[in-house]
Amino acid sequence: MTAATDMMTGPAAPAIRKTPKGTFDIVFRNASFIAALMVLVLLAGIMLSMIIGGWPAFREFGLGFVTSSVWDTQNDQYGAWPAIVGTLSTALIALVIGVPLSLGIAVYLTQLAPAWFKQPVSTAIELLAAVPSIIYGMWGLFVFVPLFAAYVQIPLSNIVEGLPIVGTVLYSRSPSGLGILTAGFILAFMIVPFIASITRDMLEQIPSVLRESAYGIGATTWEVVRHVLVPQAGVSIIGAIMLGLGRALGETMAVTFVVGNANRLSASIMDPGSTIASRIANEFNEAMGLQMNALIALGCILFFVTFVVLVIARILVSRVKSY
Amino acid sequence: MRKILIIAAASIGLSGAVQAADITGAGATFPFPIYSKWAEAYKKETNIGLNYQSIGSGGGIRQIKAKTVAFGATDAPLKGEDLTKDGLIQFPTVMGGVVPAINIAGVEAGKLKLTGELIAQIYLGDIKKWNDPKIVAINAGLTLPDANINPVYRSDGSGTTFVFTDYLSRVSPDWKTKIGTNTSVQWPVGIGGKGNEGVSASVKQVANSIGYVEYAYAKQNKLAHALVQNADGQFPAPDDKAFQAAAANANWNEAPGFGISLNNQKGANAWPITSATFLLVHAKPEKPEEVQSALKFVDWAYKNGDKLALDLDYVPLPANVKDQVRNAWKGVTDPAGKPIF
Repeated sequence: MTAATDMMTGPAAPAIRKTPKGTFDIVFRNASFIAALMVLVLLAGIMLSMIIGGWPAFREFGLGFVTSSVWDTQNDQYGAWPAIVGTLSTALIALVIGVPLSLGIAVYLTQLAPAWFKQPVSTAIELLAAVPSIIYGMWGLFVFVPLFAAYVQIPLSNIVEGLPIVGTVLYSRSPSGLGILTAGFILAFMIVPFIASITRDMLEQIPSVLRESAYGIGATTWEVVRHVLVPQAGVSIIGAIMLGLGRALGETMAVTFVVGNANRLSASIMDPGSTIASRIANEFNEAMGLQMNALIALGCILFFVTFVVLVIARILVSRVKSY
Repeated sequence: MRKILIIAAASIGLSGAVQAADITGAGATFPFPIYSKWAEAYKKETNIGLNYQSIGSGGGIRQIKAKTVAFGATDAPLKGEDLTKDGLIQFPTVMGGVVPAINIAGVEAGKLKLTGELIAQIYLGDIKKWNDPKIVAINAGLTLPDANINPVYRSDGSGTTFVFTDYLSRVSPDWKTKIGTNTSVQWPVGIGGKGNEGVSASVKQVANSIGYVEYAYAKQNKLAHALVQNADGQFPAPDDKAFQAAAANANWNEAPGFGISLNNQKGANAWPITSATFLLVHAKPEKPEEVQSALKFVDWAYKNGDKLALDLDYVPLPANVKDQVRNAWKGVTDPAGKPIF
C-alpha cells in the first residue's frame, strides 16, 4: 500500500511542485499587465484632463487659438502662435547644434580615442546627463548669457546690420544675450549627453569584424564611419535624436531662464521669445479663469506637437529599416 | 476610574487642540519672508505654527475660495464685488515699494531722475534712447549715453508687476488705454526675467537696461536705482520713510477691504510706487476656530512684528490703519453670528 502510494505520488509530485510556480506566474503576469496598463490609463487620464481643462479656451477662440499672436491677459485674448514657433525653433536650433556634436563625440569615443582618454570622457558625458535642468538654466543665465552677448551677439549684430536676410535673422536690436538662439544653445548642451551616450552604446554593439573587414579592404576612417557604422546603427541613432528632441520640446526651467520670455513673434533668432513650456512656467502661479484654461490648452498643444514628432520619427525609423 | 477618564479626555482634547492650532495659509510670494519670520517668533511664544505656502496670489485666491486654507494672501487687492460674491473679508498686513533699477555706465544709484510718464514711454517703446531730449531735460548735469534702452520686466505673473503697471496706468493715459493694469501684461518691448532674481540678473548683465524690483530686493542686491517724481513734484529717495509717507496720506476707506492703491499718493516725501499686501478670510468661516487663530496671529504681528518687518525692509502699517483692520474683523463671525475676534 505504501509502495502503491509512493508510486502514485511519485509521478504526481511534479504537478504539485508546478502548481505554486503556476500561481506565481499568474500573479506575475497580472502584475506586469497592470503595470503596463497603468501607462495607458495615465496617458489617457492626462490627455482627458488637459482637453477638459483647455476646452473653454479652444471653444472661445477656435482655430484662432493656434494661429493668433495675441496674448493679452488684460482683455482675456489668447493665442499660441508665438509660443508654438518658439518651441519648434529652439528645438530645431538645439538639434542643428547638438546632433553633429553628439555624433562626433560618439564616433571619436568608439573608433579613435586612446583608451586613457575614453573613460574620463564617457564618465563626463554620463555626469552631464544627470545635471538637473535648473542648473543648466542658472549657468546659462549667469555665465553663458553675458559671454554670448559680449562675444557673439554684439560683434555679429555689427557685422550683419543692414544686410539682406541675415541682417534680419541674426540682428539684435538690444543685445542682451537672452533669446531664441541662446535657448537653442542651452538645449543643445542638454541633449548632447543623451544622444552621444546612446549613439556610443549602439556603435559599440556593431561587430568589430565588420569594421575590420572594411579597414582590411583599404577604407579610410571616414569611409568606415559613413558606409559601415552609420548604416548599421542608423535606426538607433534616429531613435536617440528623437529622444533628445523630445527633451528639447518640453524643457521648461532652463529655457525660461534664458529665452527672454517675450510673448511676441520676432523675425530675428537673437530676439527674446517664449516657448510653450516657458510660458506655462511663467504664468501658471497667478493664472485665473480663462487664462488658466488657455495655459492648459497650451499644454495640450505641446502634447500634440510631441506626439506628431514621435509619429514622424517612427515613420522615419521604419523607412530606414526597410532599406 | 472617573479621574482617569477625565485625564484621558483632557489629553485627547489637548492633542486635538495642538493639531488644530497650526494655521494654514497660502498665496503671495512677496510677503513670504516676513510671514515666515513672524511665524517663527509667534511659534516660540505660543507654540502655534504657521503653514504658509507661497504659491502666488492667484493660487492664494483660488485656495481661499475653495476653503482649503484659513487665509489666502494676495498682492493685488480683490475688488469690492468679488469680496461680496465670495463672502470674503480683506485687510492689509505690510507694505513695500517698487523701485526702478538701472544699469547705465557712469550713472550712479539715485542720480538718474525719471517721471512716471517717462517710464511709461520707455516701456511702451516710444522713448528708445537714454539721451532722449525728454530724459535729458530733467537730468541736467548727467551724461547719458546715445544707446538703446533695454527695458526688463517680470515674465511671471506677479504682484510687483501689478503695482508697477497700476502706477503707470495712473500717471499715463496712454499706458492705461494700451496696456492697463494686471499681474502680467502684454509688454510691447523688452526682455522678461522670471522672478525678482531673473529681472535683477538681466539688469546687471545687460548694458543700458532698466527694470523694476521690490525695494527689499534692490537694497539687498545693491542694484542702482533711479528716482521717480511723486505727485508733489518731488524726487524722494526710496526708503521705509518714503513708503510710510505714502501710506500716511492715503484714505484707506476709499475702497472696500482696504483695497486702495498707495501709488502716486500726495505728500512731499511719499514714494510714488508703493503698495500693501493683503490677506483674505471668509466672513462666515465653516471652521471659525481656524480663522480665529489666524486673526490672533495677525493681531500679534501688528503688535510685535514691526521691528522684524523693518529688518527685512518691509514697511509696517500705520497704527490707525491697524485699528481700522481690527474693527473690520468684527465682520468675521461664527455660524451663530457672533464675532470671533
